[in-house]
Amino acid sequence: MSRIHVLRPGLMTTVQDLGRPGWQRYGVTPGGAADPCALRLANLLTGNSETAAALEITAAGPILRFAEETLVAIAGAEFEASVQGIRVPAWRPVRLGAGAELTIGAARTGLRCYLAVGGGLAVPRVLGGRGTHLAAGFGGFDGRALRAGDVLKIGPPPAWAKRLILTLAGAGAFAAARWEVGAAVRPKYAEAPVIRVVRGPQWDAFSPETQKRFLGERFTVGARSDRMGLRLKAAGDALLGEPLREIVSEGVAAGTVQVPPDGQPIVLMAERQTVGGYPKLATVAGVDLPLLAQVRAGAAIAFAEITVAEAQELWLASDRFLATVKQGIALHAT
Amino acid sequence: MKLAALGDSAVIVTLGDTPDAATVAAGCALATALESKPLPGLIECAQANASVTVFYDPVRVPKRAGLSPFERVCRWIVDRAPAPGPVALPAGRAITLPVCYGGEFGLDLELVGAACGLTADEVIALHSGAEYFVSAIGFIPGFPYLRGLPERLHTPRRKTPRTRVPAGSVAIGGPQTGIYPFETPGGWNLIGCTPWRLFNAYSQTPSLLQVGDRVRFQPISPEEYGSSRSS
Repeated sequence: MSRIHVLRPGLMTTVQDLGRPGWQRYGVTPGGAADPCALRLANLLTGNSETAAALEITAAGPILRFAEETLVAIAGAEFEASVQGIRVPAWRPVRLGAGAELTIGAARTGLRCYLAVGGGLAVPRVLGGRGTHLAAGFGGFDGRALRAGDVLKIGPPPAWAKRLILTLAGAGAFAAARWEVGAAVRPKYAEAPVIRVVRGPQWDAFSPETQKRFLGERFTVGARSDRMGLRLKAAGDALLGEPLREIVSEGVAAGTVQVPPDGQPIVLMAERQTVGGYPKLATVAGVDLPLLAQVRAGAAIAFAEITVAEAQELWLASDRFLATVKQGIALHAT
Repeated sequence: MKLAALGDSAVIVTLGDTPDAATVAAGCALATALESKPLPGLIECAQANASVTVFYDPVRVPKRAGLSPFERVCRWIVDRAPAPGPVALPAGRAITLPVCYGGEFGLDLELVGAACGLTADEVIALHSGAEYFVSAIGFIPGFPYLRGLPERLHTPRRKTPRTRVPAGSVAIGGPQTGIYPFETPGGWNLIGCTPWRLFNAYSQTPSLLQVGDRVRFQPISPEEYGSSRSS
């Protein structure tokens, strides 16, 4: 089994997949990649199933040594990435030679990128998922972010990856495919995006003034934001004049916008809690969660309301789009 | 029964105003009914307190002309819901958890006593004298929401949450008591600590407690806590 040696861990590098649904009744969040779209595309570019485990790299990346020849792909936010000082392009398959050291530097734009390897990261499934649950300390690699000296195992590479490695054969430390997932196909990341939301279950409990401000103002992303949630700050006064009473704790979802008594909204992210007692003003449309996963502390984001039906049409359209991208990628190694 | 969209891939079904035994039982019955014959695209039904949250994949929900996946799922929930009427709580187990109260094990015991006009011993006697039932497991893995806290012990959450609550902490938050399965930030008042492990991700039943279980607390000494933890 091929291996990856972690020479430098990066700021926060974790193993993630598309999550572990089915255990919320025991308080276990589905978790998974903060930007599931980028993880799926990175996996497809290495011949993996969309759900395979890959590395989620945050803000500043790792240095990794690949013991054997491996097909890899980077997708998501734009990071500096190089082998032997030569830039490695993202959004396309890359053959790394045996012993190659891949250095992923700082994010140029956005916050997170994904490194998939042909065959996927071979970490054990825990409660049906291979992703890291940081707060509870299980899943992924030892239930934690990577550290220098860790050694990750890679699963058996799929036939597609083997064929592409032959196509990209050569003496160099790496070789990138000449084709890529084009900009038109990637998520429309932005420094200060407008995020589409649908009304939350307690929308009507908020005053018309609060509703209007939520949809009309920009909110600054706080420094204490992480995989669990984005802490937002209104430009002027706190969003709520009067704190609303807490509700009986009930289900929440990735993208839920909840408003605690201090009036500063929190958007729940991939490693969210499973239930919460703060009133829920809105929920982010699934198609815009990848955009939210890429905003940095200090960014000013805005919200725009759409209906549930509109959010679902967008979701269905993005799924059809991904299906055509998938076909396109598959054709490249035949 | 009230249905509300929780974004584009979930519906919250509310069955009552408070998580009393009848409402919790109705939620469990609904979740079981929905999962026994799932609609394609159903991901999971998570009962918690007075509601059930139904998660689904809008792409895989069967299409029906003129209906959004959300509307389709709502109709399915209404069609499949058991007829209203009294339902029994799942036959929960009776579980007695050992707890070392006060001191370093329960930093807020004296505060809770002061807020309730009780001595620390009275708080312990009241807390360990009641029987509770689990109305939800959630927020973090294995955390039980326990109903049945004597009214005299209802204590508001701390204004500023602690950044670090030790694993096993037994705590009071408003009208509820609960147990933190592992070290985490938290805003409830800590009154004691159990040496038992509440959550194990590597087990097929990862949570020690389940909704419907009846729970009692048995006061133990720091020495008993130490020996029980190491065994």
